[in-house]
Amino acid sequence: MRSKLTAYEEIVKRVKDGMQIMIGGFLADGSPELLIDAVIESGAKNLTIIGNDTGVPGRGIARLIDTDQVDKVIASHVGLNPKTTQRSIEGSLDLQLVAQGTLAEQIRCAGAGLGGALTPTGLGTEVAAGKRIIEVQGKSYLLEEPLRADLALLKSSISDEFGNSFYEGTCKNFNIVMAYAADLVMVECDHLVDIGEMNPNLVETSGILVDHLIKGAKCE
Amino acid sequence: MSNSISVKDIIAKKAAGELFDGAVVNLGIGLPELVASYIPEDVEVILQSENGILGMTELEGEPAEDHSCFNAGGKCVSYKAGSMLFDSVTSFMFIRGGHIDIAILGALQVDQTGSLASHEIPGKFIPGMGGAMDLAAGAKKLIVATSHTQKGKAKLLEKITFPATAVNCVDTIITELCIIDIIDERFVVREMSADISKEELQELTGAPLVFNS
Repeated sequence: MRSKLTAYEEIVKRVKDGMQIMIGGFLADGSPELLIDAVIESGAKNLTIIGNDTGVPGRGIARLIDTDQVDKVIASHVGLNPKTTQRSIEGSLDLQLVAQGTLAEQIRCAGAGLGGALTPTGLGTEVAAGKRIIEVQGKSYLLEEPLRADLALLKSSISDEFGNSFYEGTCKNFNIVMAYAADLVMVECDHLVDIGEMNPNLVETSGILVDHLIKGAKCE
Repeated sequence: MSNSISVKDIIAKKAAGELFDGAVVNLGIGLPELVASYIPEDVEVILQSENGILGMTELEGEPAEDHSCFNAGGKCVSYKAGSMLFDSVTSFMFIRGGHIDIAILGALQVDQTGSLASHEIPGKFIPGMGGAMDLAAGAKKLIVATSHTQKGKAKLLEKITFPATAVNCVDTIITELCIIDIIDERFVVREMSADISKEELQELTGAPLVFNS
């Protein structure tokens, strides 16, 4: 099995203008801060960011909202980063809010080869505007389409060099599902072990999904 | 400021009284988070947090430097024996799949048809719905915990005017002044503060109240 360890400079080069980028984490817990540094350093413009939220000031996705690199955000909750709301109201950011469970399923569908999810969430609200309503077994559902990305930036607690990864505590969040739904997947790890040292029972992301691995700030 | 904190605590304490032993409960961000501090000692509930925990507790002591367990509001928490940690897809299988007994959410507005507005004041305040829409769709019982009015304006209405977070889904409303059950699209007052008259309560409410006693 080949090592996915990649130099920071190489990571920076792979971030391109116009990319749609998924970023793991929940209010910056389990967000890949070093990979976010790389996006900032790349200077790439016209980015779309997909994440549960936009972090909290100074941490996680919030650091990207502070730049002029991001044109559009797809997220479920942005209430703890006032800058996102401010930019949306000013008109410098296209903010698309999605119910959290729907966002997870849209990403899962893309990663699992499915054509969409049928959910009762959002029926009767503005979220349903323009979407197909499908009746199954006597109940109505909204059709929510798959959501893919060009690049996924994830943060693991432990990875081996192949990219097999484990996420501690509540840092699993969107990291696990996003690994399936992007063309290019990058993982930042807190702890790195050799191939063969990770217990397969604990692997939550397979290394076959991971293109690039980088050691986070906690790695020695 | 101290006054507003005490109002929130009054609401949280009353909301905690709605929980039953063994219930699986999700508490929304903000005021509902406070409910965890008022759960009666003889009632054991299993708290689910949509960022990935079943069995959450308040954190005891200071978090370690590498602490990795948080609630959906980003606060450090811990978990008790018998807990489970999971990802967002699994979390919403619990929520949407009907495995949560009670969800307690905050509100900007709530109406007598059981519709809830909690995620947007157009052009002013756009926090987003987070997990609230899925909780409203999937929880067996939905309780709204909110101040009765906002700067003197009624929040309990005939029809919400802000964008709906969910329609026809609220079962019970808890404010600092009363507990209301929504029955057949009417606000039925189950309990009210001794400090206020029925007429005064009606004056502060934007839809007709039904008093059973």
